[in-house]
Amino acid sequence: MNKIAHSPHAHAPISISKVMGTVMLALAPATLFGFWLYGWPAINLWAVSLVAAIVGEALVVYWQGRAVRPVLFDGSGILTSWLLALSLPPFAPWWIGVLGSLFAVVICKQVFGGLGQNVFNPAMAARVMLLISFPLEMTNWIVPAPLGSAHAPGLLESLRITFLSQHLDGMASASLLGHVKTEFTRGIGLDQSLAGYYAPLHSLVGERAGSLGETAAVLLLLGGLYLIARRIITWHAPVAMLLGIAIPALIFNLIDSNHYAGPIYHLLSGGVILGAFFIITDPVTSPNTTAGQLIFGFSCGLLTWIIRTWGGYPEGVAFAVMLMNAATPIIDYYVKPRIYGRDRKGVSLSAGKES
Amino acid sequence: MKLFKLRGGVHPESRKELAADRAIRVLPMPEYLYVPLLQHVGAPAQPIVNVGDKVLKGQLIGASQGVISAPVHAPTSGIIAAIGEYPAAHPSGLTAPTITIKADGEDRWLETAEVENPFSLTADEISTRVAAAGIVGLGGATFPSAVKLNLSRKNNVRTLIINGGECEPYITCDDRLMRERAAEIIEGVRLIRYAVGAEDVMVGIEENKPAALAAMSAAAKNTEVKVIAVPAMYPMGWDKQMIKALTGLEVPADGRTADIGVLVHNVATAYAVRDAVRFGRPLVSRLVTVSGGSIAEPGNLEVPIGTLVETLFDFCGGFRDKPARMVLGGPMMGIQLATAAVPIVKGSSGVLALTAGEIGKVDPSPCIRCSSCVRACPVGLLPLDMAAHIRAGDSAAAVALGLKDCIACGCCSFVCPSHIPLVHYFNFAKGELMEQERVKLKQESTKKLAEARSERIARIERERAEAAARRKAAREAKERAAKEAAAKAATETA
Repeated sequence: MNKIAHSPHAHAPISISKVMGTVMLALAPATLFGFWLYGWPAINLWAVSLVAAIVGEALVVYWQGRAVRPVLFDGSGILTSWLLALSLPPFAPWWIGVLGSLFAVVICKQVFGGLGQNVFNPAMAARVMLLISFPLEMTNWIVPAPLGSAHAPGLLESLRITFLSQHLDGMASASLLGHVKTEFTRGIGLDQSLAGYYAPLHSLVGERAGSLGETAAVLLLLGGLYLIARRIITWHAPVAMLLGIAIPALIFNLIDSNHYAGPIYHLLSGGVILGAFFIITDPVTSPNTTAGQLIFGFSCGLLTWIIRTWGGYPEGVAFAVMLMNAATPIIDYYVKPRIYGRDRKGVSLSAGKES
Repeated sequence: MKLFKLRGGVHPESRKELAADRAIRVLPMPEYLYVPLLQHVGAPAQPIVNVGDKVLKGQLIGASQGVISAPVHAPTSGIIAAIGEYPAAHPSGLTAPTITIKADGEDRWLETAEVENPFSLTADEISTRVAAAGIVGLGGATFPSAVKLNLSRKNNVRTLIINGGECEPYITCDDRLMRERAAEIIEGVRLIRYAVGAEDVMVGIEENKPAALAAMSAAAKNTEVKVIAVPAMYPMGWDKQMIKALTGLEVPADGRTADIGVLVHNVATAYAVRDAVRFGRPLVSRLVTVSGGSIAEPGNLEVPIGTLVETLFDFCGGFRDKPARMVLGGPMMGIQLATAAVPIVKGSSGVLALTAGEIGKVDPSPCIRCSSCVRACPVGLLPLDMAAHIRAGDSAAAVALGLKDCIACGCCSFVCPSHIPLVHYFNFAKGELMEQERVKLKQESTKKLAEARSERIARIERERAEAAARRKAAREAKERAAKEAAAKAATETA
């Protein structure tokens, strides 16, 4: 007879690797679209990021004297570097991806104790590290040149871009958020800076400069809805984050439309959709309860909008997420579910009281 | 009828189709029956027979002891073969005091007192008959039913809820009972209502049992009993969940259902109550579902209490292949059986022989704080945090998070993508707390005894000193008196 087993003697058909696999599946359409849009350099960058995460995590776990296989096969390291790769400029040099991935899985995750122990979202922490340390490489945006189009770099050329940091003339561009911010500093209002530069539809389908994943809002949104349908994530945090951005954007846009961009502009630019459905839904670094997730999501959105509007950086998703990661233990401490037969303070209900 | 919203819960694969359409079959009387003296919550029964005694079916063999207890009866006629320890249904194969009966094959009933019209009895008489029949909560809680009846009468219970929520996967014995013996159940329900004087009577049945719902509705027609379909989810059969769904009321955490004017009984209990009150027949058999992927022919059997689990497996065609795990009860809350040579007791609703695929065992991985467990918990606890504290050796922190409110339903473990045995942590901590309380009680009583002892010693010494002082005083007084007398005599003689 084998060891004594405790009830339950049945289990839902779910595991960590299935959860991670489903998230990757949800990311796949947007990623493939990004590959098509930015061509071989983007594929290179994505690939080196993943390889770096796998090798780096394997080595660290091996040095810790732990079993390597279960850690690698849970898929969390791969997912982290995938999310990071989606947030990088597609033509960034290889070492940006490698450094970021290693920082994410080794420093941000394994040093904290491995899966489930990290305080900050590893992908966002790595992105912030890269942005602060290498501002030039991290803001070198490129005009999309879809595979097969005239401007698209060939395979050989793409290897030079990724591995030899070769620059392509005439393809550099600013992201929408960066462009607007720069124009602001020159005293140019939205009515002029957005003219000819911004059409919501373009943001929606990704036809503008940006990071790999940020550009394909529609596909990311579909991926997010798929995750909600598969019950991998719940709607609470994403919807709260979108509202956290849209509500202040709408109010201030109504007050001064030349100075404050509207909700559509905010929702469809930068990393909002990626952040709302794939980053802030990271279970490890977000609150446990539904109410906590609503607070968390809304605050992420609000902080993003504040940083974009009044901060020094054009984009604020990564900073907002990290700030709220730090606040998660406090939210979890104060926001707890009500226990059956007790009130919110934990005191037993008195007889005959309807809840 | 409007139902009330419930918190948490899960939807495990029901697997009821294995046995749901198999009609009840009566198990042939086995040669030996092993009747444990403790088959209920409370004090064990006291044996009142001796080895070698001849007993009839339904004869009292173990008497109820104390306020919360229940008697046990001979499930068939025969001879008392042994009284002593026998392996019980326990994961570690522990033994329990058990009366062994060798059946004589006649299965002859004791003369019982039948009642033409049970509604002519007084409430007291009904409750006495239920107590004498050894009826306990057959949904699995095994709380003595008569104690509940009396408590409800004292508390003026207004609502009687009959629990037809058979939410454990595989288990179909209540379903079959409702399909095949609905009229008898309804009579039992009406007797309970009559005994406690409840105004409303509701039977809650999950909507995944349409045949049972139809049969019970038909039987309840033109009676005061309302049959209501409730959502099919786990743990719908948790009495407090059923109360919430049907009435919107919550039982206070520190209280009982009677505090909010509700009494809950299981359908099988109602059936047993009818047998006891109308025919004076004690609880000596029950329906048991035999199921699982390893069972050749799953089914629902009417089984004498004390039958060995292996006899049920054999009757159902034995194993298709070697089971990965044998379970007493349902897969969500049942206990693993180390051996099938343990007896069926009053609370056994099913015995399962499960394949490795059905169990879905995977080695645990780290918690990713996905909070699936928080969403699944019907009580509103934070299983992930409680388990983390217990793992760190801090049971007190887990208690602060509500460990004592945990009902061990298993929803959290069931949904955990990391396959962490959360309920195992909780039961471990609960056991540890009980042990701590026991040690504390022991220390307190030791302290009390030590104090009493030193007080006693002090008192004895004090008394001894006082006695010595008294003796001294007496001696001195005597000496003084003698001296005085001598002096007096001297003066007189002088």
